[in-house]
Amino acid sequence: MKEKGWKEIPIGGTIVEPGNAVEYKTGSWRTFKPIWHKDRCIHCLICWMYCPDEAIIVENGKFVRFDYDYCKGCGICANECPEKANAIEMVLDRKI
Amino acid sequence: MSTIIGLTGNEAVAEAMRQINPDVVAAYPITPQTELMHKFADFVANGKVDTEMILVESEHSAMSASVGAAAGGARAMTATCANGLALMWEIVYIAASLRLPIVMAVVNRALSGPINIHNDHSDSMGCRDSGWIQIYSENSQEAYDNTIMAVKIAENKDVLLPVMVTLDGFILSHTLERIEILDDKQVREFIGEYIPQNHLLDINHPVTIGPLDLQDYYFEHKRQEAEAINNALEVVEEVSFEYSRLTGRNYDVLELYRMEDAERAIVALGSTAGTVKFTVDSLRENGEKVGMIKLRLFRPFPYKEIYEALKNVKSFAVLDKCISFGYGGPVYGEIKSALYNYQAFIPAVNYIYGLGGRDIKPTSIKKVFDELKHITKEGVNGKLIHYLDVRE
Ligand code: SF4
Ligand code: SF4
Repeated sequence: MKEKGWKEIPIGGTIVEPGNAVEYKTGSWRTFKPIWHKDRCIHCLICWMYCPDEAIIVENGKFVRFDYDYCKGCGICANECPEKANAIEMVLDRKI
Repeated sequence: MSTIIGLTGNEAVAEAMRQINPDVVAAYPITPQTELMHKFADFVANGKVDTEMILVESEHSAMSASVGAAAGGARAMTATCANGLALMWEIVYIAASLRLPIVMAVVNRALSGPINIHNDHSDSMGCRDSGWIQIYSENSQEAYDNTIMAVKIAENKDVLLPVMVTLDGFILSHTLERIEILDDKQVREFIGEYIPQNHLLDINHPVTIGPLDLQDYYFEHKRQEAEAINNALEVVEEVSFEYSRLTGRNYDVLELYRMEDAERAIVALGSTAGTVKFTVDSLRENGEKVGMIKLRLFRPFPYKEIYEALKNVKSFAVLDKCISFGYGGPVYGEIKSALYNYQAFIPAVNYIYGLGGRDIKPTSIKKVFDELKHITKEGVNGKLIHYLDVRE
């Protein structure tokens, strides 16, 4: 995204377009990436409740996938996934 | 039509606020401002205004409530001084950064310590870098007039910045003076209806005010703020001109007093300007070519105007009722840099005076004018910063 000059932006840092956070892809922050183990998932959706970035996509009451555009790799989902299921694994996403 | 009545400085500002009828006023008491809000609270209690008055638990909260109200699209006002202003500090900057046109009376008082409740300018001068416009008042009539003009200056779309109107604690705030009051209708027509842009209560256009602003855009927002306060100079001139047509009272960013052929000048602000005028008159009777420049607007600083006003004098002194420790008087510093901008070299000295409310008398001002005679002849001999009426 091309950054704008001071004459082109709203004054005082006010955000005048509601919901424009969708344009901000927090997926670029990621160091670790969550991997879903479908075979172990019990679809309790605890991960969905805890994810701070709405990056768990649920359809018909079931976990379907991560939205990697917004998943920032915090690992909360992996931490909250019930111990017995242990369906989310965090792996290094890129070389650091 | 105007009415002439006797009011103290605090009452005069409260009266202006009654006529402005702000949407929200947040207040916390501090001497010598207390009486101002006490008076305004009477207006609220007696149904003379529609204002929502919020009695908060500290000045930090008074400014926070004003910011919240202004962000919600309200015309918001408050008042404070000294340690109260210091406690507001964090939010004083935020009010300007968020471009909220709040108007605040500052009843100038020494910023401790040791504790002192009397007048000097150390409180508001400390805020000179905060992004607030600062207008200093010589007398209570000016405090009344400046308060009304401040609303219109702050809300101008090329400005949208908060304004501090100052009046000297006790000297003005608690002294009865003859004041000309406009009709309520005239004041309301003059300031007009406030139409806020991008505010929080406009539910059809939801906005976020004050979000995190990092390396990529923060600097651009500061650049906008710098532009806005520079725009304010012209807006102050325009609004003052419009006000003078309404009232016959002329205001400019500077007031030049008997400067036409002056060889020696004193620059002052606040109530001391009146004492300097008195001294100028008596010295003029003896044929001395002396004059005074009163600085009404301190932020934005009128560099060009002050240079134009001083360019023909042979020497001048700046009176500062404040000290920037390790430097000298803040007004002196600004004026010297104004001259540098125009490559003018005029011998100039600084007198720090009146700290903690020490009275300034015409005899002391005469001493300054006498000293300027030597400086005109011999130049400044090394000593730039002087302390007026301090015992050795
Ligand atoms: S790692 Fe964090 S952001 Fe990504 S899906 Fe899990 S909880 Fe959401
Ligand atoms: S918390 Fe674990 S088990 Fe529950 S839905 Fe999410 S991935 Fe599946």
